[in-house]
Amino acid sequence: MNLEKVMDIKNFSFTYAGAEKPSLKKINLPVYEKKVTALIGPSGCGKSTLLRSLNRIHDLYPGNRYEGEILLKNQKTKEMENIFNYKKENELINLRQRVGMIFQKPTPFPMSIYDNIAYGLRLQGKKDKKELDERVEAALKGAALWDEVKERLKDDARGLSGGQQQRLCIARAIAVEPEVLLMDEPTSALDPISTVAIEELVTKLKDKVTIVIVTHNMQQASRISDFTAYMYLGELIEFGTTEQIFLNPKKKNTADYISGKFG
Amino acid sequence: MENIFKRLSALNATTILFLLTGIFVVLFLYAKPAIKEYGIKFLIDPRWGVSINPNKPSNNQDKAVVNQDNENIVVEEEDIGGNVPVDQEEIIQTDEEDIAINDEDALSQKSKVIYGGLIPIVGTVLSTVIAMAFAVPIAMGIAVFLSEIAPFYISKPVGVAIELLAAIPSIIYGMWGLFYFGPVVSRIFGGGSVGLLVAGLVLGIMIIPFMASLSRDSMNTTPSVLKESAYAMGATKFEVIKDVIFPYAKSGIIGSMILALGRALGETMAVAFVIGGVFKLPEKITDPSVSIPVVLANNFAESSGMSLSALFYLALILFVISFLVISFAKFYFLRDKK
Ligand SMILES: Nc1ncnc2c1ncn2[C@@H]1O[C@H](COP(=O)(O)OP(=O)(O)OP(=O)(O)O)[C@@H](O)[C@H]1O
Ligand SMILES: [Mg+2]
Repeated sequence: MNLEKVMDIKNFSFTYAGAEKPSLKKINLPVYEKKVTALIGPSGCGKSTLLRSLNRIHDLYPGNRYEGEILLKNQKTKEMENIFNYKKENELINLRQRVGMIFQKPTPFPMSIYDNIAYGLRLQGKKDKKELDERVEAALKGAALWDEVKERLKDDARGLSGGQQQRLCIARAIAVEPEVLLMDEPTSALDPISTVAIEELVTKLKDKVTIVIVTHNMQQASRISDFTAYMYLGELIEFGTTEQIFLNPKKKNTADYISGKFG
Repeated sequence: MENIFKRLSALNATTILFLLTGIFVVLFLYAKPAIKEYGIKFLIDPRWGVSINPNKPSNNQDKAVVNQDNENIVVEEEDIGGNVPVDQEEIIQTDEEDIAINDEDALSQKSKVIYGGLIPIVGTVLSTVIAMAFAVPIAMGIAVFLSEIAPFYISKPVGVAIELLAAIPSIIYGMWGLFYFGPVVSRIFGGGSVGLLVAGLVLGIMIIPFMASLSRDSMNTTPSVLKESAYAMGATKFEVIKDVIFPYAKSGIIGSMILALGRALGETMAVAFVIGGVFKLPEKITDPSVSIPVVLANNFAESSGMSLSALFYLALILFVISFLVISFAKFYFLRDKK
């Protein structure tokens, strides 16, 4: 396998504002390009906290403390840059457009389906109607939603079903062509059929974008991911290929979690 | 049990409907003589309590002139004695009593007294428009600041302070407007220290806290994950406020504006202090004038017969204006809400 790192988490610790103990302790984790990395572990172990560090969404709330580095590959120079060196607002915006995010519950914006998808493009300053139309269509096709909504692009996005809304959010995120897509339990609020649709989508998106996905569902992790990181109480216990983690975990704690002894 | 509860709540809901139509019907019945007498022209007739004698046009002229004079005197008094409002009120009232007595005389001589609602209608609409134009942007600014920009240790105490301001009785705003704010406004914009502009601004100040705190509450209901996903798309704070928070909180924000508008339209005490109380069509917005609730409050005690009916006609008009404005706002702005 020809593996390139697109992100690299180094000695990363994170403490929430007002908390005494860190929620993440000295995490070291590589994220390989055009692969799916799954974050698994029992509730409260820090999966969401880690994921939300990768696009610095934590910065919206004051007082959080962190140490260590998170590196992101600069696609032009091919060099790794520490995302915590981004200080200016436009650098942060740029980071968030390069590292997109999907949340547990679908979050359609209070506007039409079309405007939802075009939102990120418009933020980038794209105004040309024809280009927008094309990119909206491409994104909706990419998220396997085009056929269901092409007749009703002007309708309010909140009128879609939960599964459709989540695919809309994915379409919205991929419309700006991010390098990395973060997903925090994207299917846990959805029915089984919508879940399958999203899983297929993740597998398909892998050609274009690197995906980091948090999941509570072991089958899901084993089905769609290439690499798996197992976390426990704010620490990274084990990282490896999904095959290795699921078939012969090196640590007893990992084995217990995967076999369902706790979690 | 279930059934009783259902019926009770249905009863409560219909009571409101009955009350509303009941009020309308009563207003209409009392206003009927005036409606018959003046018809729809009442709306565009600027004369209030002017007696005319159909047989002697010259006399009619005279009366009108006399009335003009009275008004002019009042205006002068105001200009001179802006600081002695009590006297002023008395002058106005004596004037009206005089007129009323004249009316009686005139009536016995088969002359007619004309009542027209144009001036108070214009005064009400203009003062409300000024109030809204002034209050909406400021209230929105405050709401956005409190819900999105200020850190918690500022937004909490300021929010409480604004809620307290919203609870101050309107008469206090009126007194403050008359003794302090009116002179300040007149120094800046010219004109007297009472008038439409002062009334509009005092009204505006009065409804700002109300509008701001309701709008803030509804902006605060925007789920944080929705805001986060906009930030995650690379939106700035301003873009998140404009594209996500405002649309999400739209119905609550418009609701707060409608409530504030209703309050401004019907406000009596604060406006009575600062609008001037003069039956005169304003030429500039700094001119003194009068509004419907102020006319009603000032004249009910001394009215009977046709003048009372005319007051009811005015009240009916206020009722209809409020009703129309509010239903228009509701249907127009919130129509796509399911
Ligand atoms: N805003 C916050 N302030 C303080 N502590 C927090 C905050 N959010 C999370 N934590 C704490 O950080 C730790 C990690 O939480 P996190 O949400 O990352 O867990 P998780 O692995 O995503 O769990 P789940 O699977 O339940 O989503 C927990 O102990 C939690 O209590
Ligand atoms: Mg989580």
